[in-house]
Amino acid sequence: MNWSVQGPQLLTAIGETLYMVALTMLIAGVIGLFFGVALYVTRTGNLYASRAVNTGINLVVNFVRPIPFIILLAALGPLTDAVVGTRLGQNAAIFAMSIAAVFAVARIVEQNLMSVDPGVVEAARSMGVSRPKIITTVILPEALGPLVLGYTFLVIGVTDMSAMAGAIGAGGLGDFALRLGYQRFNDEVTWAAVAVIIVLVQLVQFVGNSAARKIMRR
Amino acid sequence: MTSTATDNPLARPGEDAEVIVRFDGATKTFVTGKGKGRREVTAVDDVTLNIRRGEIYGVIGYSGAGKSTLVRMINGLEPATSGEIEVDGRRVDGRTEEQLAPIRRDIGMIFQQFNLFTSRTVAGNVEYPLIRAGWSKDKRKARVAELLQFVGLSERAGNYPEQLSGGQKQRVGIARALAAQPKILLADESTSALDPETTQEVLNLLRRANREFGITVVLITHEMDVVRSIADRVAVMDSGRVVEEGATAQVFSAPTTSTARKFVATVSHDEPDAEELAYLSEKRQGRLVVIDIRQGVDVGPVLSAAAARGVSFRIVFGGVSVLQKQSFGSLTVDLSGEPHVVDDAIEALSQVTTVKEVSA
Ligand SMILES: Nc1ncnc2c1ncn2[C@@H]1O[C@H](COP(=O)(O)OP(=O)(O)O)[C@@H](O)[C@H]1O
Ligand SMILES: [Mg+2]
Repeated sequence: MNWSVQGPQLLTAIGETLYMVALTMLIAGVIGLFFGVALYVTRTGNLYASRAVNTGINLVVNFVRPIPFIILLAALGPLTDAVVGTRLGQNAAIFAMSIAAVFAVARIVEQNLMSVDPGVVEAARSMGVSRPKIITTVILPEALGPLVLGYTFLVIGVTDMSAMAGAIGAGGLGDFALRLGYQRFNDEVTWAAVAVIIVLVQLVQFVGNSAARKIMRR
Repeated sequence: MTSTATDNPLARPGEDAEVIVRFDGATKTFVTGKGKGRREVTAVDDVTLNIRRGEIYGVIGYSGAGKSTLVRMINGLEPATSGEIEVDGRRVDGRTEEQLAPIRRDIGMIFQQFNLFTSRTVAGNVEYPLIRAGWSKDKRKARVAELLQFVGLSERAGNYPEQLSGGQKQRVGIARALAAQPKILLADESTSALDPETTQEVLNLLRRANREFGITVVLITHEMDVVRSIADRVAVMDSGRVVEEGATAQVFSAPTTSTARKFVATVSHDEPDAEELAYLSEKRQGRLVVIDIRQGVDVGPVLSAAAARGVSFRIVFGGVSVLQKQSFGSLTVDLSGEPHVVDDAIEALSQVTTVKEVSA
């Protein structure tokens, strides 16, 4: 590996990956949180129990989640074009990644909210707290630790997706490893990308885990 | 007892006390499953009762009797399937969750598993209902301090629930339930997860909340001991119905249903059970009778008179206790002597109290 040539390229790739992962986590994190809460509160016996809404969201989530990302990326082409104005580049990739991630976030949020003791929700209801306020001031704070862990876990999945974004010309570490390393039989370049990914993921894990530990006081 | 709380602080709300919770033919039916698996459980079955302002009202019954459902109908956590429920002049049945909110703010609730917010400190738990009720920060702070003082946990303000013992958690639960100054406090098996000593601490707090703040307490338990030590009146539930209701002393001294009798037997073991009876029968010299001892019943003179006629009596089993200034219990006596004189003695006892012959 020639640092003077590939060094700057690696830096650019890191920047592209961070940008895509961060923006996807932000967009999918917020929208997925909404759908995850919706999945949770519409369950039988919960605050806004509704079989129809719950089944509806579940159906979409179960339908989209198993689609391999690289296929989804291609299949979303027309929609990406319509929304972003192009099928290529970072923003197109972020759009597709966000769509794929929303469903994963929704499921993980739902699962983590289910760890909240129904007793505390009942206690809040018995105080005459409105349902929206119960969600924002009881359910989410009570599940904050597991939620942070869940989001941390999702960063790995989104990083994984971002590696495929090179396929639509969005660059990033995946593209760097594949195009400059693999295709040119330059294994050192590939390994450099692997090392950077490992460091990034470990960093996110460390921050996420310590934040969750702090929140859960363990 | 007709005096009111105002002219004697120790007097309990009497017959003329205002009704604060009224159940009228209230029924709750749970439907589970669908199609062939569909099942209906009538958890509360046509219950009519009045809870008086300022009293401690006990609800007792075996597990599954419908106690929790009944008390949850008071704050609308379980909506009634039919019938009427009125709390402090406001109808609770047929309300939406939103319409119930202001009613619930006047009803505090404590739980068997405490249900404290694990993400908030002790002070944070007590403060939470005040935030929701829109209290200013200064007022909240003062109120939280006052309540923590009341439950004896001022030093624990900054601790999280997991750092507390069960009894301490329940005290936080009580402070939180009392925070927004409710008129009614619902306690569902609030001491069932606690040891006997801690149970007394919690019951003392409930009693103080009742006496010092005039809060009406509705207390559910499957432990007769708890009801006996704190409730003014008690309802006995069985299979969704209130099978017996009355002043605690009255239900204790003269239970009329078998369910109530079984509960009374769990705390006042004054009648021999089958095994004891077999032993006593074996050892008896004459006839074994169980004599009911109640307020106003004096069997002394009758037994003295019988003794004077040559009947000898041995007290072989029994117990008498006092509750709400009422004596109750029973004595099992072995009466021997001339058969017709013993007959006369039993007849004379039957004139003053309930007598049951138990010779096996
Ligand atoms: N949410 C529910 N769904 C179905 N059945 C219920 C529900 N809650 C209570 N029940 C049933 O109603 C009956 C009374 O329950 P409960 O009020 O909890 O009794 P208790 O508090 O006296 O033990 C039981 O048979 C119980 O299984
Ligand atoms: Mg119960």
